[in-house]
Amino acid sequence: MSAMPSMPSMPGFANTTTISTVGPPSRRNTELALLAFAVIIPCFAYANVGLALSGEMPSGMLGYGLGLGLLAGVGHLVIRKFAKYADPLLLPMATLLNGLGLVLIWRLDQSPRLANLAKNQGFKYIASAPNQLMYSALGIGLFVAVVIFLKDHRILQRYTYISMAVALALLIAPVFFPAKFGARIWITLPGLGSIQPGEFAKIILAIFFAGYLMVKRDALALASRRFMGLYLPRGRDLGPILAVWAFSILILVFETDLGTSLLFFGMFVVMLYVATERTSWIVFGLLMSAGGAVGVATFEPHVQARVNAWLDPFGGWGKSAASEQISQALMAFGSGGVFGSGWGQGYSDLIGFAANSDFILGTVGEELGLAGTMGILMIYAIIVERGVRTALAARDPFGKLLACGLSAAFGIQVFVVAGGVMGLIPLTGMTLPFMAAGGSSVIANWALIAILIKISDTARRPAPAPAPSPDAEMTQVVRP
Amino acid sequence: MSELTLTVMRLGFLAVLWLFVIVAVQVIRSDLFGTRVTQRGSRRGGSERQTQRAQQQTAPPPQRQQQGGGRRADRSRRGAPTKLVVSEGSLTGTTVALQGQTISLGRAHDSTIVLDDDYASSRHARIYPDRDGQWIVEDLGSTNGTYLDRTRLTTPTPIPLGAPIRIGKTVIELRK
Repeated sequence: MSAMPSMPSMPGFANTTTISTVGPPSRRNTELALLAFAVIIPCFAYANVGLALSGEMPSGMLGYGLGLGLLAGVGHLVIRKFAKYADPLLLPMATLLNGLGLVLIWRLDQSPRLANLAKNQGFKYIASAPNQLMYSALGIGLFVAVVIFLKDHRILQRYTYISMAVALALLIAPVFFPAKFGARIWITLPGLGSIQPGEFAKIILAIFFAGYLMVKRDALALASRRFMGLYLPRGRDLGPILAVWAFSILILVFETDLGTSLLFFGMFVVMLYVATERTSWIVFGLLMSAGGAVGVATFEPHVQARVNAWLDPFGGWGKSAASEQISQALMAFGSGGVFGSGWGQGYSDLIGFAANSDFILGTVGEELGLAGTMGILMIYAIIVERGVRTALAARDPFGKLLACGLSAAFGIQVFVVAGGVMGLIPLTGMTLPFMAAGGSSVIANWALIAILIKISDTARRPAPAPAPSPDAEMTQVVRP
Repeated sequence: MSELTLTVMRLGFLAVLWLFVIVAVQVIRSDLFGTRVTQRGSRRGGSERQTQRAQQQTAPPPQRQQQGGGRRADRSRRGAPTKLVVSEGSLTGTTVALQGQTISLGRAHDSTIVLDDDYASSRHARIYPDRDGQWIVEDLGSTNGTYLDRTRLTTPTPIPLGAPIRIGKTVIELRK
């Protein structure tokens, strides 16, 4: 048939297309190629920092490149074995962000200004990059463990209410520990350092919300009255959203942490909207979070200071450390311009405290400029897109909601911290996923990516062939 | 380090970073698997296309009549359509190669041609070859019916070359 000579004599058709079916590919080789790319880019950046700062290749280059390559390779092999059909982009994207984060932290470690600052405040100066590399290794370890041992993400559905209890415990625990830097979001273990349980609670809470909303979504979506173009839910169905709202307000009051409370409430509203398809929940959510935040800001001095620093960052110069940090970050973005000053040639270390954690985007903005910042934000956007794509492709409602919730949490976290550093919203102490220095954040986000990889593996796995219908049997033709 | 080297490295890094983003977006694009769509043929104006279609319906191409010859099977193969073309509706320009398989049409996702047409039923019609290789269209109890030329189909009917089959707003025909 294909050798029919009449093809050229056919009158040509504009936009003629031919449709044929292809099987779902596993895309593992694409992942490997991208992964190699994602390891080479941070190595390039590392060499670049060394050349700019001291004029020679940094000594740790080989070890660092091999370390990152090894971690990425292990992740890839485990996916190849245990999650064959997983999304090809999630691992390379996360590896690139983690690698660039390591370079940024190492670059800030080289700054004598930050070392002096730590010394003046009476701390012993410790380089953060080796720690961060160790935490990345732990993160990859957790990633590998989740990919291997979580056979099916639907198992998590069984632990809906247990995960609620665990998440509440994790969120409440920091209240009993002393506040650090104005917020109580750390649990300090003597001898082991401190962990930020909120990062882990993010994932566990997404499991609870997904399991809960899967069961309750019909009641929440259908039992409602229509009023002024909005579907008003029944009073008793408002219970859960009110509970989550009250809880996030409590976090705001007792832990004085706007970011965590915004993250949880935002994630809940997004998942509620996805589960019920009712726009009214978004309206309620926005009103409630705005009301809550404004209410708390009127009497909580820590939150108030943050809001003031946001409204007038340069006004508090020399008076408040918070507004000085924000104005330094804004100046870093400004002096970076479109193409940036180049690796190692900026002055973002003037931000001082937290330059390599909450304010790490300031260094990106100064040294890579608008072009680099946009590139980084694009990579975050692609991770969120792959998460939502996984949710669309997932065949079970629990997997859909979980993938949606996790990617929403990831996206909201990036928005909250990037918006805070850029002065779009009041700054809150949150970490930029994968890039900022901080063990809990890196480890928890690798676990988040692992769960998304497992869901996408199940979603993209080719469905078993449907039973041949009797109808198709009849039309089978034996060709002569 | 010279200023020039650092500038080249600075811009080079941004270029590599964006190259990575672009490659990733390309991967997303190629990841939309399921059906492979191959663009073929030159782009021509709409009016020219109309006249060509009219030409084709009125005058079946005569030049192929001369070559080849006597045997019946040969002739039937020569006159057999090789592809199905959507000539009206939202899928205009789509072709499906006829390779002896049954082609199902409808809004159901597992149809060979998924019609995005409000007037089509989920399993609207199917087109299949009978024992002699003659292509047959059969209505599968659709709501709005399947029309061959102007007549509504009640039984499986052989499809003449180039005759329009209308399903809702979509028109398809078989071509050589």
